[in-house]
Amino acid sequence: MLLNTYTDSIDFQAFTGWIHGVLSGALPAWGVTLVECVLIGLGLLLGYALIALALIYIERKVCAFFQCRLGPNRVGPYGTVQSVADMIKMLIKELISIDHIDRFLFNLAPFIVIISSVLAFGCLPFAKNFQVLDYNVGIFFLMAVSSIGIVGILLAGWSSNNKYSLIGAMRSGAQMISYELSIGLSIMTMVVLAGTMQISEIVERQADGWFLFTGHVPAVIAFLIYLVAGTAETNRGPFDLPEADSELTAGYHTEYSGMHFGFFYLAEYLNLFIVAGIATTLFLGGWMPLHVAGWDSFNAVMDYIPSIVWFLAKVGFVIFVIMWFKWTFPRLRIDQLLRLEWKYLLPLNLVNLMLMVIVVVFGLHF
Amino acid sequence: MEITLQQAGFAFLAAVILVFSVMTVTTKRILRAATYLLFVLFATAGIYFQLNYSFLGAVQLLIYAGGIIVLYVFSILLTSSDAEKKEPLRNRRIVPGLVASLAGGALCLFLLLTHSFAPTVSADCEVDMHTIGHTLMGTGKYQYLLPFEAISVLLLACIVGGLLIARKRK
Repeated sequence: MLLNTYTDSIDFQAFTGWIHGVLSGALPAWGVTLVECVLIGLGLLLGYALIALALIYIERKVCAFFQCRLGPNRVGPYGTVQSVADMIKMLIKELISIDHIDRFLFNLAPFIVIISSVLAFGCLPFAKNFQVLDYNVGIFFLMAVSSIGIVGILLAGWSSNNKYSLIGAMRSGAQMISYELSIGLSIMTMVVLAGTMQISEIVERQADGWFLFTGHVPAVIAFLIYLVAGTAETNRGPFDLPEADSELTAGYHTEYSGMHFGFFYLAEYLNLFIVAGIATTLFLGGWMPLHVAGWDSFNAVMDYIPSIVWFLAKVGFVIFVIMWFKWTFPRLRIDQLLRLEWKYLLPLNLVNLMLMVIVVVFGLHF
Repeated sequence: MEITLQQAGFAFLAAVILVFSVMTVTTKRILRAATYLLFVLFATAGIYFQLNYSFLGAVQLLIYAGGIIVLYVFSILLTSSDAEKKEPLRNRRIVPGLVASLAGGALCLFLLLTHSFAPTVSADCEVDMHTIGHTLMGTGKYQYLLPFEAISVLLLACIVGGLLIARKRK
């Protein structure tokens, strides 16, 4: 098939293969595994930090433009170095120790949150042949590791020994547990269409058309539900009650300072990236370029764009939409938020799942 | 004896499971007990991943770590009023407890020593997801999951109905 012959202009497999070759020549087999694991870990953390810095800058600029302000514009050209400066400030800040808390749990909580987010980050398919964890239950594994973050948030709220933190953590926990149902069911709808849970396979099957288009009605409904639930899952406006600053100071991370606060902050932005990345992978074709059947020269031009650019551009689009939500809708009350999930999204999702099964069984998709 | 990376990983996971299981039942703070239990469940999931059964590992993470522990922590937050340490329980039945645990330990030791373990066959391929799916939904021999799930939905309906009847009307 013509459309499947997409070759990437940046070949990641050659690069990783070259590293493997060099290491195999110099070390025994277990040493190669060990060094490669360390290298991949370092690469992941580096990518994690860089993407978080970029996202913080983008968020501040986008917020500013929505509010007719300029945003950061002093440090570096157009304020681009601002978030680097903020990071350095965060790194050298003191970790304030608080009395009458469970110190072990207090210090543990940010690490649980960040580990769950890094593991989920490792599952994302950034480009062709450029993905760290690719199990045959990939998308299921991703949901599993991202559900661990809730434990960290609950522990943070409890161990801070602060009423605001506790209320923030309870709200956050209730919200994330509820909306995880919606996320899970909408992902399941797309797994039914894809017929596989392996993330690389899901992307491969969108070579002839993104699932958003080939799955038509149920896929579009699932995409909309996923966007709503994903926004709630990342605790962003209009679902940002866990850290509603006007009522709860800063929610579950009120008592945290220095880099411990930094971990929560990083994880929050990276979860935004992960949610957008999953949306891209499941609905917008992952790193697959846009192809229109019949327009051969158009498709050829699209193939010249490297796959990592496709992935990041689509993720950027979804992130922009989620940021747009924040400045468009007013914040919900907690009962409205739970009612939206349990009384509207959940039944809609179940019906949509049945619809998708019918579409797939009778072959009504493109 | 040569120790492979695989064996070292297993020894580490086993040590984590042992240490944190004991700590779960010996700690005096209830939320810490839940956290140690979380570590035990993580290490168990690690063993499943080591066996190349990533489906069960992911299920372990999602159901136990992400579901049950969250439920535990949530109910502790809702019910427990204070983080203060509770008074130690009086041990009135030390002798029966010791006898029971010794008998249990002896039984485990006996079974471990007499059972002949088949040489471990490393399953090179992961179990195919389609096989797991068909087995989960199957109705053949040893495939009892579907009726079990149906019963759990029934139980859920009963719980919701019970709550609806029992709640105070405003």
